[in-house]
Amino acid sequence: MANDNEILDNIANKEYEFGFVTDIEMDILPAGLNEQTIRYISEKKKEPEWLLEWRLKGFQAFRKQKLPEWQNFTLPPIDFQKISYYAAPRNKKKYNSLDEVDPELLATFEKLGIPLSEQKALAGVAVDAVFDSISVATTYKEKLKELGIIFCSFGEAVQEHPDLVKKYVGSVVPHSDNIFAALNAAVFSDGSFVYIPKGVRCPMELSTYFRINTENTGQFERTLIIADEGSYVSYLEGCTAPMRDENQLHAAVVELIALDNAEIKYSTVQNWYPGDKDGKGGIYNFVTKRGICKTNAKISWTQVETGSAITWKYPSVILQGDNSTGEFYSVAVTRNKQIADTGTKMHHIGRNTRSRIISKGISAGHGQNSYRGLVQIGSKADEARNFTQCDSLLIGDQCGAHTFPYIESKNNTATVEHEATTSKIGEDQIFYLNQRGIDSEKAVALIINGYAREVLNQLPMEFAVEAQKLLSITLEGSVG
Amino acid sequence: MLIIRNLHAEVEDKKILKGIDLTVNAGEVHAIMGPNGSGKSSLASVLAGRENYQVTEGEVLFEGKNLLDMAPEDRAREGLFLAFQYPIEIPGVSNINFLKTALGEIRAYKGQPPLDAKEFLKLSREKQKLVEFDANLVNRSLNEGFSGGEKKRNEIFQLAMLEPSLSILDETDSGLDIDALRIVSQGVNKLRSEKNAFIIITHYQRLLDYIVPDFVHVLYNGRIVKSGTKELALELEEKGYDWLKEESREKATI
Repeated sequence: MANDNEILDNIANKEYEFGFVTDIEMDILPAGLNEQTIRYISEKKKEPEWLLEWRLKGFQAFRKQKLPEWQNFTLPPIDFQKISYYAAPRNKKKYNSLDEVDPELLATFEKLGIPLSEQKALAGVAVDAVFDSISVATTYKEKLKELGIIFCSFGEAVQEHPDLVKKYVGSVVPHSDNIFAALNAAVFSDGSFVYIPKGVRCPMELSTYFRINTENTGQFERTLIIADEGSYVSYLEGCTAPMRDENQLHAAVVELIALDNAEIKYSTVQNWYPGDKDGKGGIYNFVTKRGICKTNAKISWTQVETGSAITWKYPSVILQGDNSTGEFYSVAVTRNKQIADTGTKMHHIGRNTRSRIISKGISAGHGQNSYRGLVQIGSKADEARNFTQCDSLLIGDQCGAHTFPYIESKNNTATVEHEATTSKIGEDQIFYLNQRGIDSEKAVALIINGYAREVLNQLPMEFAVEAQKLLSITLEGSVG
Repeated sequence: MLIIRNLHAEVEDKKILKGIDLTVNAGEVHAIMGPNGSGKSSLASVLAGRENYQVTEGEVLFEGKNLLDMAPEDRAREGLFLAFQYPIEIPGVSNINFLKTALGEIRAYKGQPPLDAKEFLKLSREKQKLVEFDANLVNRSLNEGFSGGEKKRNEIFQLAMLEPSLSILDETDSGLDIDALRIVSQGVNKLRSEKNAFIIITHYQRLLDYIVPDFVHVLYNGRIVKSGTKELALELEEKGYDWLKEESREKATI
């Protein structure tokens, strides 16, 4: 007879599938962080003077700041001098077509299930792939160009659209925002850039795939998305990394700008290497994501977080314009010794602004999952409304779920609602499904996907299926 | 179809079943009655394979196979269905998606291809009608926010969908009002055939007015102390269980 605890244990201890290393010649900057490092990166990328200065300001800010101490976990010491801040595949020639890209590299992306080939056109997905520090290939650029949409690597945007970059970079997440954002400002290597012109509805999902390959490197990408007035874009990022015993730092910054009547939908499926079952190795995923909404604009964050040793991030929305809307949908899974401290911030500044927060935490093994959210209603935000629901699901009895909701209201016409639940996958539920012919693994997958359905429904169709699979793989079994 | 021989079982070292013998053939309906704590629901749990029950002695053959060796899901796939006394809620999983998964698993086990969406929908509509199950409940999350009666009726709907050969109804009548009782019973009566069998566990004779059993057994203190036909149920209704308790005590002392 199947023992449910055993199955839950197996589920909690499932191994990481994307842990392979690609053997490819790399240009790697020796470990260490000083002004020279930053000058080297900037020079390597042939950046204009203003950007180098901005980087150096970020570095000054970084040096003044200390690691935060308010988090609900013990932050292991990070030696910033032991990290290499730049790694790139050696073939530095600019690629004119995919045929010129190192086959080994393409094979890696194939393995990860993201063929860069134009066949993906059928799926309607344009992919920008970031391998360690540089953007390898951006597909469909031409097709998007016809509509005036710019979708390219950050580095390319700096060269070809410097005015846009200069105007918006750091406008939502300043170079001094927090220690990791400051570090990113100083050493960011690449990332993605999107500009959607006025009134244009981007006809396909834009997607970036990040991968950390090289040992002792950090990944510091920077994403900047600008949706001009009345435009719409849906953007998805996915991430994996090889298995390594050392922890690797991922400190990205994402800035979203939704101008009047624009809408940005930003979805993340994060599956960085979580470390082994004893908590050795894994990615520290310390990311700053923030968007700003002008009048009638809308920003929607959706995240499925299954990887990383520590996930620490709060995708936020500044609801500056009247009638603007911010949404945050999250599923965060922690198992083995994983830690997630994640949530959102909704800053209501304009009148009649609305926000909606749906957070679903799943903890298994010894995982610790914290929801931390701030809903802030400013004095001018008349009739602002917020609804927050945060649910926690526990699998087994060694894990933990925590909720830290903060509400600050300076306007008495605002409505703020908060609901929270905690539940366990019961043996009764599993047995009930067993008795209908469904084995325990599938039963758990069914229960998990049911629990996360509200969030998964927010993902673009083709990724919802992938995310569902990922949840099932992470917690074993497949969904019927 | 089902042969139970000298079945002993315990929970946490407490002896619950102390030697059950029972044979159920295709086409038969058996009622199992008895006072509270006599082991009725435990028998259902042991047959379905609930984990915390330990079988210490005896054997159970289901369609000639050793039932006790099978995992709970395999027992279900072989055609054993338990209508739960307290059906479980599973939020976010739609009733219909759950049934599609269950039916798919059972069919795969039997080497049958899965039904396509159209066939499945057709089957579902037929069965809803047969057991008078509310179409609105089909798309809702499994049992979530259902009333007690709706949950019980959902069990019968699932039974109709999965077409098991042996169905065990564990106090399906408890908590049902008279209308719901009638609908549930009619559903079962429509599903009865020469090919399947039912074991109906109940505390009261009331249900047996609607579902007429071929055999009635009285379970007391972990044993079947008396078996008979439907008249036995009427006798129990009239006299209660005490005379049987007396009788079984006398037997035990002889």
